[in-house]
Amino acid sequence: MSAPTTTPRSVASPLRTTPLALLGAGRAHTLMYRNFLSARTHPMVFFGGFFEPVLYLFSLGVGLGALAPDIALGDGTTVSYVQFVAPAMLASSAMNGAVTEATFNIFFKLKFGKLYDAMLATPMTPMDVAVGEIGWSQARGAAYSAGFLVIMLAMGLTSGWTWPLALLATALIGLAFGAVGMAATTFMTSWKDFDLVQLVILPMFLFSGTLYPLSVYPGWLQVVARLSPLYHGTVLVRGLVLGQVTWSMLGNVAVLVVMAAVGLVVARRRLSTLLLT
Amino acid sequence: MAPPAVVARGLTKRFGDLTAVDGIDVTVAAGETFAFLGANGAGKTSAMRMIATVSPVTDGELSVLGLDPHHDGQVIRSRLGVVPQEDNLDLELTVRENLLVYGLYHGLPRTVIAHRIDDLLAFAQLEDKADAEVDALSGGMKRRLTIARALINEPDLVILDEPTTGLDPQARHVLWDRLHELRSRGVTLLLTTHYMDEAEQLADRLVVMDHGRIIAEGSPTDLIVEHVTREVLEVRFGTARQAESSDRLVALDLPEVESVEQLAERAIVYTRDAEATLDALGDHGLVPRGHLTRRATLEDVFLRLTGRQLVD
Ligand SMILES: Nc1ncnc2c1ncn2[C@@H]1O[C@H](COP(=O)(O)OP(=O)(O)O)[C@@H](O)[C@H]1O
Ligand SMILES: [Mg+2]
Repeated sequence: MSAPTTTPRSVASPLRTTPLALLGAGRAHTLMYRNFLSARTHPMVFFGGFFEPVLYLFSLGVGLGALAPDIALGDGTTVSYVQFVAPAMLASSAMNGAVTEATFNIFFKLKFGKLYDAMLATPMTPMDVAVGEIGWSQARGAAYSAGFLVIMLAMGLTSGWTWPLALLATALIGLAFGAVGMAATTFMTSWKDFDLVQLVILPMFLFSGTLYPLSVYPGWLQVVARLSPLYHGTVLVRGLVLGQVTWSMLGNVAVLVVMAAVGLVVARRRLSTLLLT
Repeated sequence: MAPPAVVARGLTKRFGDLTAVDGIDVTVAAGETFAFLGANGAGKTSAMRMIATVSPVTDGELSVLGLDPHHDGQVIRSRLGVVPQEDNLDLELTVRENLLVYGLYHGLPRTVIAHRIDDLLAFAQLEDKADAEVDALSGGMKRRLTIARALINEPDLVILDEPTTGLDPQARHVLWDRLHELRSRGVTLLLTTHYMDEAEQLADRLVVMDHGRIIAEGSPTDLIVEHVTREVLEVRFGTARQAESSDRLVALDLPEVESVEQLAERAIVYTRDAEATLDALGDHGLVPRGHLTRRATLEDVFLRLTGRQLVD
């Protein structure tokens, strides 16, 4: 054990100037590594939410799609129903992975595992914890999305050359939903509150231009649907998967970026309020 | 000279209307083992959490390792080891992984961590449990792992909040033995306890805390000398006669008796000469049903100071 010195020794490893360090989250990756170690021994928990969008793809896209007419896109071209639904399921898979991680798992660690208390006793900061957990939630969403994209490629459901960029879009979706999910989780007091999560996620999944175009709705309902973050994620992913990229997609990106940023700030603040009392 | 590990002046913690720590003054020198002794709710944990920089100071001054917790919290924490009152080990990981990730949280390089893990597993006597899930460990093993985890960064100050509460006697002794080992290596230890024997066993110096205040301070021996006599006579007169007999005992006002604590089932007599006192009681027709002569402990100090027993 070294003797105390009079001059403050710098925090063990000097923080390199990475984007995360500038954000005040230079150690966030260590939490992600911890989550990786845990997921490695509990893989079924990790992949548990993957299959839902896959099931929808086959039941709705392939099954129902056999009866459904082709769907006209904004520029007048038409795609088959399964081609229309698949990108939405890809976006949903990113949302599913991130939300599951950011709600159930984070709630458990926060309330029962006392995991963050242990971390905050080290040089880790609430920002490290928030960024690490949101990053990991995103990673879980990304793992689902990557798997889903492989299925889409195998089924020939992409067109054009922009589809690899859809992975970036799903990463953004994962960040946005992971951040807001974590922020929401910090306000939850019991497992019952998770019914609320379902109450938000299910309608969002059904009415975000996922299963049919928004144009089937009356005007006011279209406005409401545009408030859904999944709508913006779906538009983004669909454009990239079908090779139809427009400038307006920057707006969709902006919505998700703002959502991620607000979620992160709220989650960080709430961690301080709850744990550093 | 290294700066004191902890200097607190008028240190205060309030939760709303409740004052958990009420203006305490404490100086913990580098290298010493210092204990906070007090009953449940005395404010020990609240004080430890402020020192560990995970709880903002409400009022007063605090410096830890010569640094300001508010501004240099991260640097302070990199030099602290913390054993919280309740184990918060990572139950989803193995013993070894717990130590590994804690080293990573501290920003240590993997090669350094790998080296230290082997030493710490040996220190905590957990070598054959290295790859076990933490969930499967006994209470004593979990506690030792928590201590090992707190040492991964080779801290200058180790804070232990009730390190042995809830452990069986054998596990307590193993743990004390580990803490003695740390002490002999010159690590500064700051611990809280509500066990008198623990404070007497481990602490160079201690403060007695009650209702957020410090009511006594010194080495275990000093406190015993200052507040009670070295010898103690406990006398039992039987439930029916206890109150009346101990009242008479007090009324006798024997010259060698310094004070008497009257409890429901026994009277504790602080006396300069236990034998003589016992004889004198007999002379006055106060023959106890049972008696016990023993050395004074910190339990007696606490009883004298507060009129209450520490652990019911
Ligand atoms: N986070 C908190 N919010 C409100 N009151 C608290 C909090 N933590 C501790 N207290 C109160 O402060 C007092 C001292 O508690 P604590 O520091 O835990 O004492 P000890 O560790 O000596 O048992 C108790 O009355 C306790 O209920
Ligand atoms: Mg306590």
